[in-house]
Amino acid sequence: MSVVDPPRNSSRISGRPPSRALERAFRGLCLFAALLPVLVLAVLLFDVVRTGLGRIDVQFLTSFPSRRPQTAGILAGAVGSVWLVGLTAAIAVPVGVGTAVYLEEYARRGRLATLIEINISNLAGVPSIIYGLLGLELFVRALSMGRSLLAGALTLALLVLPIIIMATREALRTVPLALREAGLALGATQWQVVRQVVLPMAVPGVLTGSILAISRAIGEAAPLVVLGALTYVDFLPDGVTSPFSALPIQIFNWTSRPQAGFAVNAAAGIIVLMVTLLMLNGAAIITRNRMQKRLGR
Amino acid sequence: MPEAFSESACGPAPYRTMQPSDSMPDTVAAKLSVQELSAWYGEKQVLIRVSLDIPERQVTAIIGPSGCGKSTLIRCFNRMHELVPAAKHRGSIQLDGEDIYANGVDPVLIRRRIGMVFQKPNPFPMMSIRDNVLAGLRLTSTRRADTDAIVERALQQAALWSEVKDRLGEPGTGLSGGQQQRLCIARALAVEPDVLLMDEPCSALDPIATTRIEDLLTTLRERYTIIIVTHNMQQAARVSQKTAFLLQGELVEFTETDALFTKPKDKRTEDYVTGKFG
Ligand SMILES: Nc1ncnc2c1ncn2[C@@H]1O[C@H](COP(=O)(O)OP(=O)(O)O)[C@@H](O)[C@H]1O
Ligand SMILES: [Mg+2]
Repeated sequence: MSVVDPPRNSSRISGRPPSRALERAFRGLCLFAALLPVLVLAVLLFDVVRTGLGRIDVQFLTSFPSRRPQTAGILAGAVGSVWLVGLTAAIAVPVGVGTAVYLEEYARRGRLATLIEINISNLAGVPSIIYGLLGLELFVRALSMGRSLLAGALTLALLVLPIIIMATREALRTVPLALREAGLALGATQWQVVRQVVLPMAVPGVLTGSILAISRAIGEAAPLVVLGALTYVDFLPDGVTSPFSALPIQIFNWTSRPQAGFAVNAAAGIIVLMVTLLMLNGAAIITRNRMQKRLGR
Repeated sequence: MPEAFSESACGPAPYRTMQPSDSMPDTVAAKLSVQELSAWYGEKQVLIRVSLDIPERQVTAIIGPSGCGKSTLIRCFNRMHELVPAAKHRGSIQLDGEDIYANGVDPVLIRRRIGMVFQKPNPFPMMSIRDNVLAGLRLTSTRRADTDAIVERALQQAALWSEVKDRLGEPGTGLSGGQQQRLCIARALAVEPDVLLMDEPCSALDPIATTRIEDLLTTLRERYTIIIVTHNMQQAARVSQKTAFLLQGELVEFTETDALFTKPKDKRTEDYVTGKFG
């Protein structure tokens, strides 16, 4: 209620109508704000696809790096990324789910739980390059893992842990109290209820969170650069202690080369990365919808 | 609450005079014996020194207006009350003469002997009808060879067998509300408890489904001690042998159902059963 214009009539529908023009203008502004990033992204994508699509062929996918752009390929980076992401998931998913289960199901609202919670939200906001520095000091040097896949995967695991923890907690929270009580009233222990009632129902959420986390890990270059991932690798990793390259590293390296041919290679690499990410996200959405249907929600 | 106390202190408190043997057939022993039970949520006291003896193999109804502590009372019986953060209790509850709150008693084992059916049917959504019935055994990793027989027996007892015997593999959540509630009863019975607690089991159901469950209670009481919370007095009158009337956390009267409804001793009971409040 405005002070200048006190309502004479108690009825709300009488009186001066609110300004339609202002509302329309505001709606337009919002729409513009929503479309702008999409538009910018579309332009960028279009540019990349135009430059790089023609470069993608069997040779590109199956070749090691080379000094000549025409014979160079993404094999080492792509295989390195698969290793890296697989390892990252194998480390981060169990730890993240475990943390979430502890916080949601077991932790009393006390100091420890609050401390862990604050740390997790802080971790989520730390720039990824800082994780790289942490990984370099902790895993590469202090734990003498060297510039290995394992050091890279552990670093990325730390990076994506908050995503998995938050997604899992969200999923655990949606499991109705009535179902937990049903299990407990049947004489099950809390762990039995968590494992057999609560976690199965949280799987779609955990899965979505994990795939989002993996997508994040696939795209990260900065921490790996700091960590010392290689840019010129003419072998495939043979274990977790192997040195490695990764797709984003390869792309990053190509973009910094002067020859025009490498710019084309970079664009082609970006397309491969983008398609992989879109497929992962698509898979996440489809699995989640399927499972939610199965859970009757 | 102080007035209520002084009132019952002047005259003989009806529940204090109740003895297990009072006006009960010889065969009936107290299955659950509750003494001086008080319960709190944080600082808020919701049960005030409730004492009552629940007879074996009968249906005992607990009535009273919403919020008077009925759910809290029966959740103390199977130690579900303590799951609420900041929940406290004092007093004792004996199951077959054994204190269920004694040191070293595992609440998990108590809950296997005292089953519970909730207000809203809550079958496990990712389990089939069959798996729901077996949920108690599965969750507790109890290996049993005769699972088919257990499923059939429990569903028979819950009067659901004929309706679902051809679709045991379908999800439990696909059943109607009344069927889901009977599935939950079957799930509770499959663990073979002695006592069955039911917290307003029909309040989410239509009249026909309600009648089916009420009929079911009559047969179930041959084998189980049943305690049913209801805010429906007609239901209490139809299904129970004894009725407890709870008001603001205090047990006002506990006696034979017929007597409670026809000649209540306490003025507050009379007012409640004649519909003056509630
Ligand atoms: N989890 C809880 N936390 C705090 N107060 C509660 C909780 N559950 C019930 N209460 C309170 O305890 C009182 C008794 O509740 P309840 O036993 O559910 O009554 P009834 O089943 O007779 O309706 C009510 O005043 C209710 O608000
Ligand atoms: Mg209640």
